[in-house]
Amino acid sequence: MIKKDIGLLILILVVGTVVALINPLFLSPINLGNTANLVGLFGLFAIGQAFVIITGGIELSVGSIIALLGVLFVDLMVTYELAWPAALLLMLVLGMLFGLIHGLLITRMNLQPFIVTLCGLLIYRGVARFYTADATAGFGFGVSFPTLEWLTTGRLYGVPHAFIAMLVVAAIMWVVLHRSVFGRYLYAVGKNEEAARYSGIPTKQVIVASYVICGLLTAIAAIFFAMYTRSISPSSHGNFYELYAIAAAVLGGFSLRGGEGSVVGVVLGAILLQVLQNLVNLLGIPSSLNFAVMGSVILIGVLADTQFAAYRKRRAVKRSVG
Amino acid sequence: MADPFLQLTDITKTYPGVTALSKVSLSVAPGEVIGLVGENGAGKSTLMKILGGVVEPSSGQILVDGAARAALTVPDAILAGIAFVHQELNLFDNLDAAANVFIGREPLYGGPLRLIDRKALYAQARPYFELLDVDFKPETMVSELSIGQRQLLEIIKALSLDARLIIMDEPTSSLTLSETDRLLGIIADLKAKGVSVIFISHRLNELTECADRVIVLRDGHVVGHLDKAHVTHGEMIRLMIGRDLKSLYLPPASPPGANVLEIAEARTETYPDHPISLQVRRGEILGLAGLIGAGRTELARTIFGIDRLLGGTILLDGAQVEIRTPREAIALGVFLVPEDRKRSGLLLEMSIAENISLPDLLAYASNGLVQDGRVTANAEAQRQRLHIRAPNVGTETGSLSGGNQQKVVLAKWLSMKPRLLICDEPTRGIDVGAKTDIYRMLRDLADAGVAILMISSDMEEVIGVSDRIAVMHEGRISGFLERANFNEHNVLQLACGHRNFQEMATA
Repeated sequence: MIKKDIGLLILILVVGTVVALINPLFLSPINLGNTANLVGLFGLFAIGQAFVIITGGIELSVGSIIALLGVLFVDLMVTYELAWPAALLLMLVLGMLFGLIHGLLITRMNLQPFIVTLCGLLIYRGVARFYTADATAGFGFGVSFPTLEWLTTGRLYGVPHAFIAMLVVAAIMWVVLHRSVFGRYLYAVGKNEEAARYSGIPTKQVIVASYVICGLLTAIAAIFFAMYTRSISPSSHGNFYELYAIAAAVLGGFSLRGGEGSVVGVVLGAILLQVLQNLVNLLGIPSSLNFAVMGSVILIGVLADTQFAAYRKRRAVKRSVG
Repeated sequence: MADPFLQLTDITKTYPGVTALSKVSLSVAPGEVIGLVGENGAGKSTLMKILGGVVEPSSGQILVDGAARAALTVPDAILAGIAFVHQELNLFDNLDAAANVFIGREPLYGGPLRLIDRKALYAQARPYFELLDVDFKPETMVSELSIGQRQLLEIIKALSLDARLIIMDEPTSSLTLSETDRLLGIIADLKAKGVSVIFISHRLNELTECADRVIVLRDGHVVGHLDKAHVTHGEMIRLMIGRDLKSLYLPPASPPGANVLEIAEARTETYPDHPISLQVRRGEILGLAGLIGAGRTELARTIFGIDRLLGGTILLDGAQVEIRTPREAIALGVFLVPEDRKRSGLLLEMSIAENISLPDLLAYASNGLVQDGRVTANAEAQRQRLHIRAPNVGTETGSLSGGNQQKVVLAKWLSMKPRLLICDEPTRGIDVGAKTDIYRMLRDLADAGVAILMISSDMEEVIGVSDRIAVMHEGRISGFLERANFNEHNVLQLACGHRNFQEMATA
C-alpha cells in the first residue's frame, strides 16, 4: 500500500468517525450493509474505469452501458424467457464487445477516447430508450429467479454479495495490475506510449484490452444493478455513473494523464464516495446538495494531495542540497 | 580589441557540500567569440545561470559597463544585453516566426482592447530576418521550420532584444553539417557587428574554427585559457579530462564476417523514390553519416518496424524478413537505440530496473507474473557492467544524467541477444567520459559478433568509431568509405551529394 492509499484510508476513517459521532445510525448493521452494497456496485465498474484511465484514456459510456445492458438483460429473461445464465453470459460478451469497439476506434482509427466514448454515452442511452420505447423495464409481479437473486442481492453473514464480488474482482485486478506482465505494460503505455512501443510492447493491443476489461466489469455491474433496482427506467438508470467512476479513480490517486494509480486506491475512492452520500443522508443535509458535497470533497482532496506532493518535493530538494 | 563590457572576477558558487564554481574569472569584450568547454558537471551551466541572473554567486564580483555588483537579476541580465540560445528551444510551434520574436512585446493598437498590430509586427521583424539572410520569412509558421532554422530564429530574437552577448548552449548538437556551417558563418557576422558570443559545445572542431579563445572548465575551476593560436583538439581534451585522449578508434578483434543485415532497394515513406541498398557485417560498426534530413533516422525506423517499408527487401543472416512492428524487430534480435532517448528510449518515471526489463519482461515472469527478484538481479548486473552511476537500480531514470540514461537504454538491449544493433546518435549531449564508455561497449558488442549500424552527425564520432562509413544524401546512399579513406573532407563531400566523388571513394 502506498502513502497515498494510507492517506485516503485515514480520510475515510476520519469522515466515518465524525458521521458516527453525530449520528450513531451510521454504524448500524442495516446502514453499513446498504453502504457496502453500494460500494460493491459502484466499485465494480470504477475498477474497470481505472484500467482505462491508467492508459491515459477515459470511458464515458459506463452509465449508458449499465442502462442498455440492464434493459436488455431484464427483457431477455422476462419477454423472451431466456435462461438467466445465458442472458448473463450474453451481457458479459456484449459489454466486452462495446469495449472492443471503443478500443479499436481509438487505436486503429486514431480517435480520441473522450470523443469515442462520449458518442458511446449518447448512442447506448438512445438505443436503450428506443428499445423500451422509454418505458420502464422490470420484472413482472411474481416473476422470480431465486438463484440469480441470491447471487446478486444475497448476503453472506450480513455482507452483501455485491461487495464480496467487488472484493474478489479487486483482488484479481490487483494481481493483474500490480504483479503481471500485462499490468506493467499498462503502466508503461500510460506513462509514455512511444517509449513503450519502442520497447516492443504491443501498445495498441494493451489499450484495446483495457477497454475490454472496462466493458466486462461494467457489464457485471450492470447485472448487479438490474437485480438491485429490479426496474430500469432507461432515461435515468445509470446517469452520471461514469463520473462516479472517474471521481473514485481520481480520489484514489489516478492521474488522468495516465500511468499512475493503484487498485487499492480506486476501491478506497469508491468507498469514500459512498460514505459521503451516506453522510448527506444521515446528517440531514438536503439531498439536493448531494453532488455539491461530493464535488467539494473531491476538489479539496485533490488540492490537498497536490499541495502535499509539492511540499514533499520541496523538502526532498532541501534534503538533497543539505 | 575593445575593452570588456562584462567582467566576472573570482566568482564562486557553493551549494551546501558542493562547490559548483571556484574563483572563476571571465571577461567579455565586444565582438569576441569565447568557447566554453568542460565535461558535464564541470560548472558550465552554473556559470551560465549566473550570467542570466537566475543564480546568485556566493562570492565574487560582476562588472557590467564598469558598474560593480555582487549578482545579476534576470532583468539586469536582459538590460545588460545578455541573451541565450538554449539547447532545448523555447519557441511556440503554433505561432509564426515574427510572433515568436516579439512574443510578450507585440506592437499593439486599439487602446484597452490590446489588439496585435500585425502589420507593424512583420515590419519590425523583417529587418532582422534580412540582417541574418535566413531562408524563411517572418510569416513562416515555426512548426514548418527545421531545428537549424529555429535556432536562427532564436538568434534573431536575441538580436531584436539588442543583445550584446549571445550565449549558445550546444547550438549545433542537433544541426546538420551544412546548418552548422551556416551557424558558424552567422557567428562570424555577429562578431563583425560587435556582438559577442559565448559558445558552449562538445564538438571541439567547431571551437577551433570559430572561437577567439577557449575557456576550459573542470570541476568548477578554470583549468585552461587557450588563445586562438593554441585552440587545438588535443589540448582542449587534455585540459577537460586532465589527460591526453588517445584516438577514439578501437580496432576490431577480428575481420568482419558474413552479412547480418542486407537491405536491397528498400524504399522508405520519407523518400519513396529513392531505393537504398546497404549491408552490415557481423562484427562490424558501420557508421551512417549524412546531413540531418538525409533519411538516416527514417531508414532506422523502417528497419525497426516503426515506419512502413514501401518496397525492396530486408534480409537478416540471409533470410528475408518482414518487420511490421518494433515487437517483431525485437523478436528477430534487431534493436534500436533511438535518437530521442527521453521520448522514445526510456520511461523516465520508471526505475532503471523496470526500464531494462521492459522489452523482455516475459523472460522475467512466471505464469504471467513479474518476478521482481529476477528483474532486479539482471538490472544490477547490467548496472555494474555498464558503470551506470546511480545509487541502485530502483532509481528513477529521469533523475540520471544523459550519459547514464543512454547506458540504461543500451542495457535494455544488452540484456537480450542482439543480432543487429542500430544506434541513432548514441552520444548526443553526453559528456566525454560516458562517450568513451559507450564506444568501448559498442566495440565489445561488435567483437562478440553483433552487427552495429551507427547513425551519427558528429564527424569526430563517425570517423573515430566506425569500421566503414556509409554516407547518405537526400534519401540515397551517396557512397561508402573504407577506413583508409576516412576524413572529414570525404564524408562531407558525399554528404553534400557530390556524386562524382563516389567512384573515387569506392574505387
